Amino acid sequence: MMRKEIWVLLILSVVIALVVSPFASSLPDGLERVAEDHGFIDKATELINSPIPDYVFPGITNEKVATSAAGIIGTLLTLAVAYGIGCLLKGRDVQGSKTSQEQKHGNR
Amino acid sequence: MHIPDGLLDPKTFGTAWALGGIAVGYAVTKTNKELQERQIPFMGVMAAFIFAAQMINIPIAGGTSGHLLGGMLAAVLLGPWSAAIIITTVLALQAFIFLDGGITVLGANILNMAVIGVLSGYGVYLLFRNLWPNRTGVLVGTFVGSWVSVVMAAIACSLELSFSGMGALSIVLPAMLTWHVIIGLLEAVITTVVVAYLTQVRPDLVHQAAGSR
Repeated sequence: MMRKEIWVLLILSVVIALVVSPFASSLPDGLERVAEDHGFIDKATELINSPIPDYVFPGITNEKVATSAAGIIGTLLTLAVAYGIGCLLKGRDVQGSKTSQEQKHGNR
Repeated sequence: MHIPDGLLDPKTFGTAWALGGIAVGYAVTKTNKELQERQIPFMGVMAAFIFAAQMINIPIAGGTSGHLLGGMLAAVLLGPWSAAIIITTVLALQAFIFLDGGITVLGANILNMAVIGVLSGYGVYLLFRNLWPNRTGVLVGTFVGSWVSVVMAAIACSLELSFSGMGALSIVLPAMLTWHVIIGLLEAVITTVVVAYLTQVRPDLVHQAAGSR
């Protein structure tokens, strides 16, 4: 039952993650800028070893490709996790195998 | 505006975890009641879009960049409580997998962007929508509410930084606002364009508050 507009938003997300993300600005964001200007950026620490630090997929030498890879993995992972949380919140089987599947097709 | 580890002290991030946790817990119960089952795929796609859009830093002025936060976009389309869950999900994945925002301060980032940003912006949006109960009200409310959501999140972030001894509020707050009043405009433009597109093709995609359905 996923409506056309929602597909448009999903395709747009994939295009942004794959194609646009390597060309994003690397300038500091507002908070980083304030932390730099006021001398507390050095207080920032890293507590865990992130699998894909700073949106650069490790092991890929071309940085644009590494950013694309991080972007698409993150986008699809976010899609899956948020969908899963939605299902959990509504007590629905993630597989959609409840009667909702029939309703979905019925609404088309 | 993702705070990294090390910038907030334990009393501040602890308080933020408590407040953020209470709010997200409440959001879970509200979403459980208000979210319709057919909206679940939309919730997933909205989170994915916000994740992707947050990767796109856009230069704003003076060697600084900003990106969409997306809280208002999710709130206008799916309601403020679903939006809080969506932004919390995005922030948690960013912190644990992409080193974007810290772990100890995740509660503060959730409080600022998923709770304070979303609820303040949505409150402003509702004022406009009640004033003009038509598409104009929706779009003007979206624009102003988006700007407010970024500015309010920046104010909360400034307070937390200041409480943690990163600088006097009289210095940190104006510095944060200088950039975030501009980043808020970016938020307002992007959010309003997406809402304008979606409401033109499908007016029913806009979240209706309980009782007005």
